[in-house]
Amino acid sequence: MSVGIYIAVMAAVTYIIRMVPFTLFRKKISSKFVRSFLHYIPYAVLSAMTIPAIFYSTGSYITAAAGTAAALVLAYIDLPLIVVALAASGTAFITGLFL
Amino acid sequence: MGRSSDFLKGLVHGIPIALGYISVSFGFGVIAVRSGLTAFQATLISLTNLTSAGQAAGVDIIAAGGTLIEMILVQLTINIRYSLMAVSLSQKLDKGFTTPRRLLAAYGITDEIFAVCSSQKGLITPVYMYGVILIATLGWVGGTLVGAAAGSLLPGTVSNAMGIVLYGMFLAIIIPPSKKEKSVLCVVAAAAIMSIVFRYLLSFVSSGFAVMICAVAASLMGALLFPVDEEEGEQ
Repeated sequence: MSVGIYIAVMAAVTYIIRMVPFTLFRKKISSKFVRSFLHYIPYAVLSAMTIPAIFYSTGSYITAAAGTAAALVLAYIDLPLIVVALAASGTAFITGLFL
Repeated sequence: MGRSSDFLKGLVHGIPIALGYISVSFGFGVIAVRSGLTAFQATLISLTNLTSAGQAAGVDIIAAGGTLIEMILVQLTINIRYSLMAVSLSQKLDKGFTTPRRLLAAYGITDEIFAVCSSQKGLITPVYMYGVILIATLGWVGGTLVGAAAGSLLPGTVSNAMGIVLYGMFLAIIIPPSKKEKSVLCVVAAAAIMSIVFRYLLSFVSSGFAVMICAVAASLMGALLFPVDEEEGEQ
């Protein structure tokens, strides 16, 4: 089968998943319960995606743990996203030099 | 706020996403070429899909010569979380979001773009979202192209360390509100614990599906235990 067909199917499915709810939901949801649920979704999604995957992200538990620790500390003192993200990577890289 | 400054703000907010994407999509480019795709095909996948886990699974299916039904089911399972995010984000859209603009911006609902947009105070405008999407997409597509074309040239220590960039950004998004609100902390902790259980005890569940179950369960718990008032919901 042509690779182009696979790519077209992948792209179509992924776009429809995003587009249908984004385009159809117009009104403010009035249910307090549903609004609360949607309020928590971003934090829950990111937490589930990050833990424990972050410890497998650099190919070494030690460098990943060092990067995670750096990110936790810097995020805790409210530094900007880009600073926290790059510091995590920089810490993992430097730790890797000592292994 | 003016249109152009809102667009600029979106571009700036998208920079950490783009940097994270470059490193991740670089890895995707390397894998795609290793699986037998051309650099053009790998780049085309990134441009038309804009999603990490779904693309990686898609390349596996292409490499194995899988069926289109399998492709559809795998993409649905891994990416269905975007529907949830789209509903959540639909509650924060400015009046300027007409149907054509929603059709356009829907293309860019990814975990990271969703996270940045939904952490904004107040409503988001179309140009702001376009700004975030544009720079993030440039990073994603550019990283794929470079990875596919020249992946073997970068030292392993550098590409390994780049693997943590996006997760670092996720922590930077969830830690500050967890510090301020006990409710968010509880939801974040519950999602993390469930995610660990899925990873080690229920590993037959695909990671995209596991993330969705954890997020829904933790958010349901949050909504039951700590319903938010109108004001808090806007934060």
